[in-house]
Amino acid sequence: MQGGKQIRTIKDLPREERFAPGHAMCAGCGAAIAIRWLNKYIGDNAIVANATGCVEVTTTTYPYTAWRNPWIHVAFENAAAVASGLRKGIDVLTKKGVWKNGDTRIVVVGGDGGTVDIGLQSLSGMLERGDKVMYFLYDNEAYMNTGIQRSGATPMYAWTTTTPVGQVLHGKPQMKKDIFDIVLAHGIKYAATATVSDVIDMSNKIRKAMDYSEDGPTFIHVLAPCPPGWKYDESKTVEVAKKAVETAYWINLEYDHGVWSVTTKVPVRKPVSEFLRMQGRFSHLTQVEVEEIQKWVDARVASVNKLVGMEVIGPVKGR
Amino acid sequence: MIEKAVGKSTGPTRVALTGNYAAAYAAKMADIDLVAIYPITPQTTIAEKLSEFVADGELAAELIHVESEHSALSATIGGAAVGARAFTATSSQGLELMHEILHIAAGLRLPIVMAVPSRALSAPISIHNDNSDIMNARETGWIMLNASDAQEVFDMVIQAFKIAEDPRVLLPVMVTYDGFVVSHTVEGVELPDAEAVRSFIPKGKWHALDPSRPSSMGPIAGPDWYYEIKFGQYHAMRDSIKVIAEVMDGFGKKFGRNYSPVVGYMMGDADFAVVTYGVTWGFVKTAVDRARSMGIKAGAIKLNVIRPFPSDAVISYLRGLKSFAVVDRAIYYGAPSPGPVYTDVASALFMSGHAVPALNVIHGIGQRTMYINDFVEVFKELTKLDESKVIFMGVRE
Ligand SMILES: Cc1ncc(C[n+]2csc(CCOP(=O)(O)OP(=O)(O)O)c2C)c(N)n1
Ligand code: SF4
Ligand SMILES: [Mg+2]
Repeated sequence: MQGGKQIRTIKDLPREERFAPGHAMCAGCGAAIAIRWLNKYIGDNAIVANATGCVEVTTTTYPYTAWRNPWIHVAFENAAAVASGLRKGIDVLTKKGVWKNGDTRIVVVGGDGGTVDIGLQSLSGMLERGDKVMYFLYDNEAYMNTGIQRSGATPMYAWTTTTPVGQVLHGKPQMKKDIFDIVLAHGIKYAATATVSDVIDMSNKIRKAMDYSEDGPTFIHVLAPCPPGWKYDESKTVEVAKKAVETAYWINLEYDHGVWSVTTKVPVRKPVSEFLRMQGRFSHLTQVEVEEIQKWVDARVASVNKLVGMEVIGPVKGR
Repeated sequence: MIEKAVGKSTGPTRVALTGNYAAAYAAKMADIDLVAIYPITPQTTIAEKLSEFVADGELAAELIHVESEHSALSATIGGAAVGARAFTATSSQGLELMHEILHIAAGLRLPIVMAVPSRALSAPISIHNDNSDIMNARETGWIMLNASDAQEVFDMVIQAFKIAEDPRVLLPVMVTYDGFVVSHTVEGVELPDAEAVRSFIPKGKWHALDPSRPSSMGPIAGPDWYYEIKFGQYHAMRDSIKVIAEVMDGFGKKFGRNYSPVVGYMMGDADFAVVTYGVTWGFVKTAVDRARSMGIKAGAIKLNVIRPFPSDAVISYLRGLKSFAVVDRAIYYGAPSPGPVYTDVASALFMSGHAVPALNVIHGIGQRTMYINDFVEVFKELTKLDESKVIFMGVRE
């Protein structure tokens, strides 16, 4: 079955590898870590609908595949709609006694572009219809597959090939789109954020999201650092993710049937500059720009603390 | 009343239906498992009728209320990908929004059936009928049948499932027909016995996703594989004409209404012919009779199949003629000839090595009224035609 028991220590993590080696994801790819752990919890009775993007192109180079589960890719912007079709197709065939596989679950894997930008409409449709699907967003904060172009999920001032650092413009002028709030506005019952530096936290959330997908759509948003896109050494992926959490650039959140929690408490925060300076995509930032990003983080922290009802994320050290 | 009759074994019933309702009844009698659909004029009444069938418990299908046609076809693909008999329908802008996914449905070799009452394309926006939308979908890898009345719509939707799900084919099939003129005109339609339909189209099996036999569908293919996969698709499409003919033949034997990829009218001794599709067929047949009464050896042919283009049958009708015309209700901007089907016929003729002067008649754009006598004029023109040319009929210059 999907899901399984609560994971407390690394000893509880399943050893079976379901994401086969031999795929072409970059060394140090954060998304590859996320997909590896995703595969451990979806079980063998789940079908994956993958949006076009890095994960899709690197894992199914015909005639090979890294997926042990049934897997389908149709296009970039429609994975949620495909998932609705899979879901309803199985539902009706089950009612008619034709589907013999029992409780098959449906999982979408989409990148940030395929989710927050071009795929937002089909995602919204799927959520609004309440289709019983687990949606897994791996967010590497740009269109990586096509060579690092900005997306709605790219953070402010980040360099990408379409937000270059020039005389007039200094990286992306806009804020990162808040997909989490957009998704929750559809009234879904379970949504969580996670990142690849805390595999136990991520695993528990995937597990729960799979379980709850029995009743309706669930959503997991994983920050997935990308060495070539973020411009850092490929050995540093987990450290970059960890720093994102320690600075509260990224907050490991959970919304479970009306209850908000922060699953990785950060009593004392580090300044966001520590996260930014690990990455070449921010190397052009002025002090003023760093301050502006710090303010964005501070505001998010304040609103998350308010949601949770206590100060789960503390002040920046030394401020 | 009619609703209750369908689904039970009652023998054939004759009822009054619009072309769109005929499509909905056919989908219902085909016992579709899944439909994902989005409203657009003139298709909307199919979405409404199927919604009623599902709401009344007369059709045991999942109906997905998608938020766009792009998602309609995507969800239909999802359904077909797990082995469900899946159906959708659209028109015009909706077909254009689906365009990307049309290619993918065919490339994935999924036996989806779609009804398309045709409508002009924007801009300017027009809800009226011509064939610009369906003609623009010809190179997407879908088999395309074309019906010219409500009975044909019903019959072809039934045939479409059998063609699509045939293991020699496994391609999506579009049943196209003229918006409003067919989609909204009430005609007498014979609904066959439900059991007879079921036995004619038992549910097929294809390469569906199955957790007990996992596979990856829709992978990325490099230069070392892509061509072979597409070559296979090309062959499936080309060879499907035999299956289409076989299915139409079997349909005639079972239900008593005969179909073939191309139909001729008074072609036995004809010197001049008009090639048509859709509702133009009715006008042109009457024009043939009038031209004959004037001493012109006139005839006409109608394409029941637009893709794969039924070249052999078309050429067998056209090769001995003194001249012929092709009536197109769509414009190909900047093409060697403005009519899309004219272009198909011309290249089929060229490849067969025959040369016959041919007139391309553009008419009925945006549902501009066509008159029977317009086609009598076409026959008169054909008697004088010595080289190929284009005429635009019914337009103010
Ligand atoms: C309709 C369409 N537009 C554009 C593309 C080109 N394209 C393919 S993947 C991609 C970016 C994917 O970005 P994201 O979803 O963030 O996934 P990532 O590659 O970063 O993993 C783009 C722009 C496409 N395949 N289809
Ligand atoms: S470009 Fe980034 S996201 Fe894509 S495979 Fe490489 S590391 Fe992973
Ligand atoms: Mg991305």
